[in-house]
Amino acid sequence: MDIVVKNLTKKYGNQRAVDDISFEVRTGEVLGFLGPNGAGKTTTMKAITSFLRPDAGSILVGEYSAITQADEVKRVIGYLPEHNSLYTDMPVIDYLKFVAELQGIDKSRIPDRILEMVDVCGLEGEKHKKIGELSKGYQQRVGLAQALIHDPEVLILDEPTTGLDPNQIVEIRELIKKIGREKTVILSSHILAEVEATCDRIMIINKGKIVADGTDEELKKHAQGKEIIRVSVEGVDRNEFIPVVQELQTVDSVDPVDSEEDNSNSFEITSHLDMSSRKAIFQQCVEKGWILTEMTLIVTKLEDVFHDLTMN
Amino acid sequence: MRQIWIICKRELNSFFDSLMAYVMLIAFLGFSGFFTWIYVADVFFIGQASLQVFFGISYWTLFFFIPALTMGQLAEENRSGTIELLLTKPVDNMQVVIGKFLSTLILISLALAFTLPYYITIANIGPVDHGAVISGYIGLILLSASYISIGIFASSVSKNQIVGFLLALFIGILFQWVFGTVATSISGFFGELFNFLSLQTHFDSISRGVIDSKDIIYFLSIIVFGLVASSTIMAKRNN
Repeated sequence: MDIVVKNLTKKYGNQRAVDDISFEVRTGEVLGFLGPNGAGKTTTMKAITSFLRPDAGSILVGEYSAITQADEVKRVIGYLPEHNSLYTDMPVIDYLKFVAELQGIDKSRIPDRILEMVDVCGLEGEKHKKIGELSKGYQQRVGLAQALIHDPEVLILDEPTTGLDPNQIVEIRELIKKIGREKTVILSSHILAEVEATCDRIMIINKGKIVADGTDEELKKHAQGKEIIRVSVEGVDRNEFIPVVQELQTVDSVDPVDSEEDNSNSFEITSHLDMSSRKAIFQQCVEKGWILTEMTLIVTKLEDVFHDLTMN
Repeated sequence: MRQIWIICKRELNSFFDSLMAYVMLIAFLGFSGFFTWIYVADVFFIGQASLQVFFGISYWTLFFFIPALTMGQLAEENRSGTIELLLTKPVDNMQVVIGKFLSTLILISLALAFTLPYYITIANIGPVDHGAVISGYIGLILLSASYISIGIFASSVSKNQIVGFLLALFIGILFQWVFGTVATSISGFFGELFNFLSLQTHFDSISRGVIDSKDIIYFLSIIVFGLVASSTIMAKRNN
């Protein structure tokens, strides 16, 4: 089931939490929302679940409008909110039954669905405990179980792995990927590695606007553009090295690394767009008799892309 | 309707799980029993086979107990954020409000049902006006429903349960006492108006056995107004 968001705007007072954003998510796609705190990720998600009414714009989930057909949209969406607030005085099983009934699952299928969710989310040992007695990680699993219980076409997860231990995180990521093959999934996170590992497509939001949208390779390529290499040399003074390298046709700029220490001879060399300086530098070193001790291609990490786009 | 019943069931379970229901039942039966049968101005003092004393006591006991039951019903959902998970299910604000209203009404009706032995006892002591007793119970249920509706409205206003409790008492005391008192001290149109607004006037006539459509409409208006106002406030908060 596709999600189409058009010109979505949501204001809190005078502040635009989400400012005229448009995007689409297709069936079988896992979309990761990245963004600093307060960027508008949660607001966008809440608008899609029709919990929040946007000030402007339209949201279509499949053929249903999240604004005028809230009930239909809520039936096809499984939602895990950021502050996963569950009824702490209810036992896990009772809570799942309550949600299953609200979602209109056929009475005869409810016990099977609950057992399946308990199994999938690893709640076997805790199913009769009250939710308030569970640890944060287990509560998060209950949150996931309630989101998945009606086998929704669309899954919206706001920071799904907070509070989970590393093993659980791996399990949940696998689960999300598996679901993502057939269903539409939107998840938000501030853990970049998580988004890289689970999402087919990444969207970075800052101050209510989309600042980047694409696969992680596309984003990195887009941010990188120029080749940057790290070079260390011996047997040459820095003041001698820089002008020579700077003269090379392919080189855009040379920056010494650790500039406080005078005897350091490491440099970051940026090439012009679509050019490589690696051969030329090597040949230069050979000619001058400098000893090249390091030459590393610096790969842009998603962290850098994120930092560049959101720090202005 | 299905959704309302599912929410109502959950609320009832939560009343019984948290012991709130038991405390309420015991306290209500204790209070009303003590003042009906043991305290000075009791049934025996009056010397009539009538439940008037019990209805008079319940009028005040319910006034204090109902806000205690309703104070958290929406405030707590708003404070803890559970309302978000509830409203992202195929449920709308009005269904949540009505579900909660019904759950409290069922609990109060249960408490009233436990006082049926009073009726049986009185009926064995002397000739009792059965019509008056039945309409008295109807009056108590309408009265409770009105207070529940006011209580849920008070609970929807704030995230704080105490605010919900005090506001419900405040609105309640206006209907319960202030309007009636004001009505006796002024005359003319406003005197009539306050007299009509006073809950006491309507409750008294029902508990004496006179069921007038005017009184029924009065109670239903309070109920509907409270429920619609709560649902509107919830919709405002989430938008």
